[in-house]
Parts: sequence; structure tokens; C-alpha cells
Amino acid sequence: MNRQPLIDQIPALRRYARALTGDAWVADDLVQDTLERACAKWRLWLAGSDLRAWLFTIMHNLFVSQVRHRVRQGDLASPLDLAGLAEPAAPASCADSAIDLQRCLLRLPEEQRVVLLLVTLEDLSYAEVARITGVPTGTVMSRLSRARSRLQELMDASAASPARAAAESAAPSLRRLK
Amino acid sequence: MDKRPAPLLREEELHTLLDGRLDAAERDALEQRLVQDPAASATLQAWQRQREALRSLHGEVLDEPVPAALLAVAGQAQHAHQQAQQGWRWGGMAAGVALAFGMGWFMHGQLQSPSSGALLARQQPVREFVHQASLAHAVYAPEVRHPVEVGSAQEEHLVQWLSKRLGRPLKLPHLNEQGYELVGGRLLPGDEGARAQFMYQNARGERVTLYLGSAPDNVGGQGSTEFRYSADGPVPGFYWVDEGFAYALSGALTRQQLLQLAQAVYHQL
Repeated sequence: MNRQPLIDQIPALRRYARALTGDAWVADDLVQDTLERACAKWRLWLAGSDLRAWLFTIMHNLFVSQVRHRVRQGDLASPLDLAGLAEPAAPASCADSAIDLQRCLLRLPEEQRVVLLLVTLEDLSYAEVARITGVPTGTVMSRLSRARSRLQELMDASAASPARAAAESAAPSLRRLK
Repeated sequence: MDKRPAPLLREEELHTLLDGRLDAAERDALEQRLVQDPAASATLQAWQRQREALRSLHGEVLDEPVPAALLAVAGQAQHAHQQAQQGWRWGGMAAGVALAFGMGWFMHGQLQSPSSGALLARQQPVREFVHQASLAHAVYAPEVRHPVEVGSAQEEHLVQWLSKRLGRPLKLPHLNEQGYELVGGRLLPGDEGARAQFMYQNARGERVTLYLGSAPDNVGGQGSTEFRYSADGPVPGFYWVDEGFAYALSGALTRQQLLQLAQAVYHQL
């Protein structure tokens, strides 16, 4: 069986996973799990159908179950759970602004972050994103709206008041998950 | 000719325009209405900048060679050890958390000992700091695959980033002469603001962590203290306060080894 099409998808999967989790190791673990699952279920994929959408669906399902698992375990060790604690300060350099953007992203609820990233990074249609995430297209649109507005607020707030960084990080709040 | 102003743009229309989901005619029509809708125009511009920033966020990953481990997975059929590895991974995290909680109780008991009430009151915030340092060590030091947020390969950036977060220029001490290489660092929450944890590892894989942040308000008179040793917990360490900043060096080492490392750190700060 020719695996080249699968290999061609890996860079996009890695980028998406990294933005989604904010951690290179966690992201590559997620990609690895996705590939393993895909290999195991290879026969379920209909040749000629959209390989990318299928892979992103597998990854989405793994991500959701990992988040649930982590919540059940009360896992404090995950970088995901700590990432939301610090209010980003004003970007001073390219690398800093990227880290701030990533931190703001991680403060979005998972379901909004997923939709925003699938639309923005992968240029998937709203209907494809709806299929991948298993929700109606209308829900995709409302999550996209909330994600874009909320991310903008977070970025504006972080640019406006870097001094709040320390104050806010001193008052951690538990992550919201449903 | 219709003189009525065009209807304001709906958010959904902004998304379709931004995400390029329209044909040329639809796009032109929306763009004409956009001219008369400054609010929607501003939103669109902000979202456009956001979209570009997101697309460049980890753009370098697209050009990196695919890691060999992922290529190997893609090139082979399912292997059974994945299940075992998964179990190990979550199990390891759970053990770290359990250890951290256990240690919380342990230190709670240990810290009740001094006799002087005044001394106790003055030292309480420092104890809290040391407690959090040990907790952070117990949670993160056992992590095999992702012990730090920013790795040593980006050392300069790590220092810049944590300096900004802690609101004061940090110096990253090196322990190479003592046989410990930097693993990386992470940002943590604390009572007085952000705290940083740097992690080091020797050739045998033994790890020590340096935990630092603003000292609790009422520490000593001068904002500085001598080295103190906290020995009873599973992860002992030396801690001290210097110019309003508190430090704790923790690791599963002997008192003498820890003291040498703490002194090496102190002399570089």
C-alpha cells in the first residue's frame, strides 16, 4: 500500500496540532496517535475520498478524548492547563508576539479554538469543519464568531496592559471545560 | 434608483469574505456594502490581521522535515506497544500529581515545628514559596517527554520571555561545571505574581530545578536571607531571598550536593 499521501499530510497535521495544544511535544504525540489510528483503520478509508478531512477527523476525536481523559484525571501536569494562567503582555519581538498569540489561543474554549484553527489554517469549508467536529454548520459559524471576537479581545487586552500580567497570573482560575 | 442605505453586514458575511468563500460577484457586492459600514470594516480588518498572525504562528513546521518517528509510524502498520505507551504516559502524570499532593501534606506537618510564634508568622510566606517550589519540582521533574515549556535550544528566548513575565531581568545560571545541563524552563503562577522554573539534568538523568519569583512581602528586614535547607520532604532543597527575589533549588540529592549547586547558582545571579 502506498503511504506517500499519508506522509504528505503530516506537516499540516503537525502545525494544526501545535497551535491547538501550544506544546510541540504534546502536538507530535497527537500526530503520532493520529497516524497510528489511521494505519490501524486504513481499510475504513475509502480511496478517493478526502484523506485530509479523514485524518483531521481522527485527530479531532483523539484530541477530544484526551481532553476528557485529562479532566477526569485532574491532571495538573499538562502544559495545556497552565497555559491559560498568564495574561500575555505587549509583544516586544516576533517570537514574543507569537508566544502571546499562542497563550491567547489557549484561553479560548477548546471547541472554539478547534473551529477557528481548522478554518484559518486548513482552509476547510464550514461544512467540512462541521463534519469533522460533528456539529451543525450553524454551530460552526457561531463558534467561529465567538472565537474571532474573543481572541481579538484577548490580544487587545494583552497589548494594552502588560502590567496586568503578573497580577492575573497570581489568580489562577480552573479551566472551563464542558 | 434605490437611495436606501445597503443593509449592514452580518457577521456570517464577514467570515465568508475573510475566509475567501465567495465568488467574484458576491465578493464585489459585499465589498461595496462594506464601504458604508465602518464598524464591519474595522472588524474585518482586525480579523484579517488575526488570520494572518495565526497562519504564520507555526508556519515553520510546514517546512521542517517530518520527524523520523512520525515517518516510521506512517510507514508501518499498527503496533501494539502504542497502547502500553499511552497507559504509561497518563499513569506517569497521575503519579506525579499524587506525589505532589502527598508532599503537600508532608510539608504541612513538617512546617509546624518552630516554637516562636513571631518567627512562624514571618517565615510563613517563605514556607509557602518553598512548598510551591517543591510541588513544582515533584510535578514536572518526572516528566519524560515534556518537562518544560521552552527548551534549552531557545535559551535566549526563554530568558527574555520569563524576564518579561516576572517583570525583572533574569539571569539564567549555568550548572555545566557541576555536570548539569539546562533542559529548559516554564512559567508558573504564584502568590505574588508569575514564577519561573528552570530545569537541569545531569548525564545520569537526575534533575534539579531552580524556582524563582518575587519574594513574599514581609520577608526579613532587608529583603535578603541566608541559605536555608529544607530537608524533610521527598524533594529537599536550599532556598534563599536576595534583593526581594526568592529562590529555591530542589532535587533528590544530598545536602552537600544541593548546597554546591545552590552556591553555584547564587554566584551567577
